[in-house]
Amino acid sequence: MQPVATTFFFYFLSGITVLSGILVITRNNAVHSALALILGLLAQAGLYLMLYAPFVAGVQIILYAGGIMVLFLFVIMLVNLERAQKEEQFNKQWLVGLLAAVALGGLLFAVYVKGGTLFTEHIAQPVENSNTQQIGVMLYGNYMFAFEIASLLLLVAIIGAVVMAKKRI
Amino acid sequence: MGDQITKDPASFISHLELDQPDKTFLDSNELIINMGPQHPATHGVLRVILKLDGEKVLGTECVIGYLHRGVEKIAEHRTYTMFNPYVDRMDYVAAVSNGLGYCEAVEKLMNVQAPPRANYIRVILTELNRLASHQLWLGTHALDIGAMTPLFYTFRDREEILKIFEKYCGARLTTHAFRIGGCLYETYDGFEQDVKKFIDFLPPKIDEYEELLTTNRIWVERTKGVGKITAADCVALGVTGPVLRASGVKWDLRKAQPYAAYSEFDFDIPIGQSGDTYDRYLVRMEEMRQSLRIIRQAVERIPEGPIMAKVPKVIKPAVGEIYHSIEAPKGELGYFIVSDGSTQPYRIRVRPPSFVNLQALDLMVRGQLVADVIAVIGTLDIVLGEVDR
Amino acid sequence: MLSIESFVAISLIKTVIALFVLLTAVAYTVWLERKVVGHMQNRWGPTRVGPFGLLQPLADGVKFMFKEDLIPPHVYKPLYMAAPMLAVVFALTSIAVIPVGNSISIGGIQTSLQIADVNIGLLIILGVTSLGVYGVALAGWSSNSKYSLLGGLRASAQMVSYEIALGLSLVGVLILSGSLSLREIVDAQSGTYWGVLPRWNIFPQFIAFFIYLMAAYAETNRIPFDLPEAETELVAGYHTEYSAMKFAMFFMAEYANMITVACVASLLFLGGWHGPRFGPPLLQAILPVFWFALRIFGFLFVYIWIRGTLPRFRYDQLMAFGWKFLLPLAIANLVVTALVVAIQS
Repeated sequence: MQPVATTFFFYFLSGITVLSGILVITRNNAVHSALALILGLLAQAGLYLMLYAPFVAGVQIILYAGGIMVLFLFVIMLVNLERAQKEEQFNKQWLVGLLAAVALGGLLFAVYVKGGTLFTEHIAQPVENSNTQQIGVMLYGNYMFAFEIASLLLLVAIIGAVVMAKKRI
Repeated sequence: MGDQITKDPASFISHLELDQPDKTFLDSNELIINMGPQHPATHGVLRVILKLDGEKVLGTECVIGYLHRGVEKIAEHRTYTMFNPYVDRMDYVAAVSNGLGYCEAVEKLMNVQAPPRANYIRVILTELNRLASHQLWLGTHALDIGAMTPLFYTFRDREEILKIFEKYCGARLTTHAFRIGGCLYETYDGFEQDVKKFIDFLPPKIDEYEELLTTNRIWVERTKGVGKITAADCVALGVTGPVLRASGVKWDLRKAQPYAAYSEFDFDIPIGQSGDTYDRYLVRMEEMRQSLRIIRQAVERIPEGPIMAKVPKVIKPAVGEIYHSIEAPKGELGYFIVSDGSTQPYRIRVRPPSFVNLQALDLMVRGQLVADVIAVIGTLDIVLGEVDR
Repeated sequence: MLSIESFVAISLIKTVIALFVLLTAVAYTVWLERKVVGHMQNRWGPTRVGPFGLLQPLADGVKFMFKEDLIPPHVYKPLYMAAPMLAVVFALTSIAVIPVGNSISIGGIQTSLQIADVNIGLLIILGVTSLGVYGVALAGWSSNSKYSLLGGLRASAQMVSYEIALGLSLVGVLILSGSLSLREIVDAQSGTYWGVLPRWNIFPQFIAFFIYLMAAYAETNRIPFDLPEAETELVAGYHTEYSAMKFAMFFMAEYANMITVACVASLLFLGGWHGPRFGPPLLQAILPVFWFALRIFGFLFVYIWIRGTLPRFRYDQLMAFGWKFLLPLAIANLVVTALVVAIQS
């Protein structure tokens, strides 16, 4: 099967991603923000699929949309929302925000303009069938050390969260 | 009453001194939950206000009275005979026991002795009723904890008891089986065979219930260590019946203050050690077996003779007061009757086991989980008709 | 290579057939459950509507449709309406990648008995079922009722916890068969060990099968893990405030999920549609589907049987069981499997 209407799907999914990203930061209700984020993550998974990375797409859905965001929602449901809703939404650090936005925007723009020349060798190949295996080889072969460091970082974060949340251990 | 329903549930519980939830950096909510009066597991119209920290119970408050019918007040406007059927409506799953307690109290007040045959019939029917009550308890308790099948098994077997009741006095639930001074009905033909058949029929069925539950790991985990109460606390709160015995106190009115014909039978009082829900379960299961033992002895030795003592047509006890209590399936059921010498009691006060046992609920569930509240309500074996009267 | 139009047309036809079969199966699983549990409990189950109560699901469906659809005043309406739909959509979606047999040819067109033959079929099923939790969680939250909220919280915690054990239990099978495609996994199970024992993954992976069984019960909120809707504690849990068709949707979602996990168990552990084939060509074509259905039926029967036997776990026990028992066991099984495969190759 040759892919159909790729342009349409790309803009459709990107549009959803951007829109839900905006919703995440503008909604008053934290539950709505979380839902918008889930939608964004799902659209991202769609984009991975378009890049012939089905394994990454599947894992994105299972881990982020189906796992982590459920926990987010869980916590949001538990904590007191009424007070948070009454608080003013945008904080006063607009200067820092602006700087960060300009920097990120510049980076994105630069990549957009020069992308074609920067990443010529790495245009995605249709490797659908062996994609999972390739990721495995990459993670546990070429990038083993980086992978282990990332795992360690996550472990530290988990321990930190437990220490913060639990009075008695 | 209307006020009670519309009132904010939190106001019921505000007077209690409760532990505060563990403070963490998350500002988690204390949840006040209104369990009942319409709730599938509160055994009627019990309303429990729960204060929760997540799933942990910080405190409870029972709101009762939704089934209040003023039984004690009604008694003041009925003759002693007319009031007799009303007591069946208190603990409607153990109507025979209620009737026995009332009849014996009035007999004691009048200094009348029921004839031996009447006493034997009373013991047989009351013990059958204890079995029926325990079966209903087991079924609903198991259902509360999530096991659905025991309910149908126990109801199937309870049916046999109700059939005997129906054949004996025409009614199945609110039997009005006894009269002041003895029994109204002689046993029907084949009564003894029916009862004998039943006591051979039930033991394998009890084994069947136990097979489903006693060694079931989930059941054990759900009941062991849940709703613990010490013997001292039981005594302080006036808790009686299987709940008291499961805490290790060997107190059974059938032995301690024998009434009817209980002194003539040989039976054991099962007691537990730790006073948790599992022990109460075991105690009640053993009680069922002991009840069968009593019935077997009674039906084998049932004497011939009259079934009614000489009681005047119009019951008119002399001025005085009496307290008489029996061991109902749920605990000590007492009647305090004050007579002013007329045909109607001046005052009747009932000491219902369910009402008193329910007091222990808060003590038993504090610090446990919501699911344990259900288990504890089930194990206390309350009947709201008796709590509210 | 098919043209786009015929591909879409064939997929559409297959989707309609699959949905029809699935929804009928859902309805009759309810009937089966009522009947089987009834007979276990000295009852008859449904008997009044049709012979053996066979039309009972139909009557129930009609009843659900004509019941008043109550919406309590304080709910958050958009999510309250969306939650049951999410639940049922995610529950039905996973059927798309489940193969029910080898390919067949009708009128010269060769087509596989599967809506979409994708090479990450298993991942899609896991992903879609992991999204199913939102229907439950959002229903609990948007109902604006404490019982619903507690039910929703329990559900999300439980499903997230058991998903890990569920996923890890499947990895052992994946290592053995070396593919994420359900069709290839089934094909890897053809043949026999030593000429007698069928080459099903349940034999080398029986620990994984046990873990999968437990985790699947928890994922589908069935006894002994039915805490999110424990009727004696939380009235009805997350769907306390739902009525009529919205309630029916949760119900359908639950049973569709049951069927999905039964399908996955059959495909991954019980050899899928493999079984003796004999008789005329038509029978030969139908038999694999029959064997597959038989396995699903067996799995569902065990579900119902368990329901008639066991009491319910308590919340903390459920979590302890999932995290302290199933998860370490799944990891140990995974390590041992990987070791054995590495030594053999």
